[in-house]
Amino acid sequence: MNEDLLVDVLARAVQRGATAADGFLVEERRFATSVRMGEIETLHHSSEQRLSLRVFAGRASAAASTSDLSRESLDRVVDEATALAKITAEDPHAGLPEPGALIARVPDLDLEDDAADIAPEEKIEIARRAETAARETDPRITNSEGAEYSDRRARYAYATSHGFVKSYATTGYSIAVSPIASHDGEMQRDYWYSTARKRARLEDPVAVGRTAAARALRRLGARKMKTVEVPVIFDPETAASLVRAIAGAASGPSLYRRASFLLDRRGTKIASPSVTIIDDALVPAGLGSRPFDGEGLETGRTVLVGEGVLESYLLDTYSARKLGLTSTHHAARDGSGVSVSTTNLMLLPGQATPKDLIGSVKNGFYVTELIGFGVNGVTGDYSRGAAGQWIENGELAYPVEEVTVAGNLLEMLSAIDGVGDDLVLRDRTVAPTVRISRMVVAGT
Amino acid sequence: MTDLASTRPESFFSDRFNITAGLMERVLGGNLVGKVDDADIYLEYRINEELLLEEGTVKKASRHVSQGAGVRAQSGTRTGYAHTDEISIKNLDEAARQARAIADRSSTSGVVALASRGRPHDLYSLAEPPIAADLARKLDLLKRIDAETRAADPRIKQVIASIASEEVVMLIATASGWTVGDIRPLTRLNVTAIAEDGARREIGSYGGGGRVTFDFFLEEGRWRRFAGEAARQAVLKLRAVDAPAGTMTVVLGPGWPGILLHEAIGHGLEGDFNRKGTSAFSGRLGQRVASELVTVVDDGTIPNRRGSLNVDDEGTPTGRTVLIENGILTGYMQDRLNARLMGMKPTGNGRRESYAHAPMPRMTNTFMLAGPDDPADILRSVKNGLYAVTFGGGQVDITNGKYVFSASEAYLIEDGRVTAPVKGATLIGNGPDALTHVSRVGRDLQLDEGVGTCGKDGQSVPVGVGLPTIRVDGMTVGGTAV
Repeated sequence: MNEDLLVDVLARAVQRGATAADGFLVEERRFATSVRMGEIETLHHSSEQRLSLRVFAGRASAAASTSDLSRESLDRVVDEATALAKITAEDPHAGLPEPGALIARVPDLDLEDDAADIAPEEKIEIARRAETAARETDPRITNSEGAEYSDRRARYAYATSHGFVKSYATTGYSIAVSPIASHDGEMQRDYWYSTARKRARLEDPVAVGRTAAARALRRLGARKMKTVEVPVIFDPETAASLVRAIAGAASGPSLYRRASFLLDRRGTKIASPSVTIIDDALVPAGLGSRPFDGEGLETGRTVLVGEGVLESYLLDTYSARKLGLTSTHHAARDGSGVSVSTTNLMLLPGQATPKDLIGSVKNGFYVTELIGFGVNGVTGDYSRGAAGQWIENGELAYPVEEVTVAGNLLEMLSAIDGVGDDLVLRDRTVAPTVRISRMVVAGT
Repeated sequence: MTDLASTRPESFFSDRFNITAGLMERVLGGNLVGKVDDADIYLEYRINEELLLEEGTVKKASRHVSQGAGVRAQSGTRTGYAHTDEISIKNLDEAARQARAIADRSSTSGVVALASRGRPHDLYSLAEPPIAADLARKLDLLKRIDAETRAADPRIKQVIASIASEEVVMLIATASGWTVGDIRPLTRLNVTAIAEDGARREIGSYGGGGRVTFDFFLEEGRWRRFAGEAARQAVLKLRAVDAPAGTMTVVLGPGWPGILLHEAIGHGLEGDFNRKGTSAFSGRLGQRVASELVTVVDDGTIPNRRGSLNVDDEGTPTGRTVLIENGILTGYMQDRLNARLMGMKPTGNGRRESYAHAPMPRMTNTFMLAGPDDPADILRSVKNGLYAVTFGGGQVDITNGKYVFSASEAYLIEDGRVTAPVKGATLIGNGPDALTHVSRVGRDLQLDEGVGTCGKDGQSVPVGVGLPTIRVDGMTVGGTAV
């Protein structure tokens, strides 16, 4: 990786009148292939690079990025960014982190696969095996949106005009399958996937395919329900989306813009005592792990919610200064500068088995899919389309679709009266099964 | 960057990267022609600029350049795609070899797709592209918007306003020897207001834009209207009551509520899902899928619209496709691959997010034609129900047809009168029968202001929607008031 390029760009920014600058360089190569109905459908190769730059003119700043790393283009980008910084307003909170706060030694988080690459034919075969397993599960699996295998190798470097430069590399692999089950004119699609930092840690493609098929099959015969208020259980996949919504409301930019239902709630109880949510950047080989954040600050483990109490916000340097706090080292680089993102975000498991949680419900709804964008981060108001299984007398009785689940996130968090023991670190944001004592399920 | 707009795509890529139409044809000819069913090379250069105002000042300004080339080869149902962000003959050759690997695995039909020749439209030639407009004028407008929004009501405590501008230069060469380019300006102004009253806090958002000049925002009082709407919505919601839960009659207002069409039927009528038989609309051409009051079109040829294109991202000129005519399903939206495999014509709906993505069938501007009714009469015809006028996003499960879309401004209808505003609620329904319940169609067709972005398989593209006031009998509203 050409870290010198980054250093040169920052030096030019200073020459052009910037008082400070930092930059992030990403290089990645990706390969993806999909198989549908047993036939190869797509092969996609790519190589990409992007340099993003932030420059300061005193307390004013601007951002720029480019995928064109030619000398001429880089010079133009630096000039444009420094010119833009001169027209933006002074902001007393703008600026780089203190140089002394930057990471001294980059820990090895085991994020890169050392195994040799395999031939495209073998990758196609992985996707084919996953799809075939799904299709052979049951004669009612009649169609498919296909199976995909993809891999990615990336390198990230961060540098500041103060002379700091550090980098790290990652790999990522995934398999996803999306079969379609049909019966009596009804069609249902579902999916399953596995993703890992090391190819050898991917789940067996046959198992992924069978799980995907089972998920599609269990939706056949879905009914609409009458509108009722009942206990609602979110499966691990849908419970993770609740955790994501909480992290969004706890992020610095939402807070200083006063656009969050968690505003002024740090240190207060926001959820039932069974709720503890952490963000841990240092999980070895973790899918969301990173050794330092988008501003070169050492990452760690943050308790977001501890036994129901909102313990910390998620902050980068700017939003922390705005709020009179210190960065929690959650800066992320995106196209338009610096934002905040989580790493490995998880709701910690409780004691109950999922079976216990379902068994505790006489009449209720087990949610396995949520669609739509009905989460209001400002008010916490929540209303989403849902599908899943109806629970009768402690058993999953029949599939349900075309209903909504609605409430308010703060009320829902306080109404969590069961947390499962089934946490699996299979994605960047994860949760175990969660039971909420009452929610409105709207249907006919 | 006025130099982008004043040039032609062919000369832009030849001046900057030494890539001419002749060289692109040579890459295609040497690697792909005769070896696959269809192939193309797509070059793209894109500049994005964003200015963001918050807390009364413009503190964030950014400018981004992205460039690259994508080479695609198709053989039967197979697609090979390779992209690179360094535009050079060496990389195009390498990408063409990688893309061709798809064809080496099977024999091809030897039938080359029909040339998608046709005159590109001229829908957005602008005196000055928005990306080239003076920064000082943009900054000044953002400050005036901030003041206007705050002045609307003392309860407005926060204003976030942004102007995003973009210019894309693209050039595509196809295996059939057809080269066509386009220069696409795009801009969007967005205003968000946060109102507070005691412990209650609410958000309102409004905006618009299109393939228009910066002056568009200054014309016809647009920016003042956007600012006023954002403030009005935020303040209105401070007194919103819980939304009802259950099935009821819903009246949708004109314009952006057309997102109903996009989710409930639009995606389900894209060629790829229908070719694979995975859409709830598969095999239903010629059948009744809506009440006879309903005619829905997808039209990529409306001048200056956000969803419009002179040619799609495969070089096919866009068109006007009637999807549903008087309730009968009449057409699908197609790209070249799916049109070829289904024995249909490409409709100019082959779109991609950027050079890093292969095209697929996508919508442009999707709307329902106006009907005979007075909108006020439609509201009066409802005894009890919901009147929804502004929406956030929506989503659909193509296979079972279930769609949702989230109302961000809605009111109760009681005895034919619009009464209390209600909190945001998701509306859910089933695509293939949603439009069969349309019982009244207003004469007030409006297209949206120009804010839509559609996501499919991880690719985002700008789109438009439109709707007259309509009455839908029996829609499930996902509120909390039982």
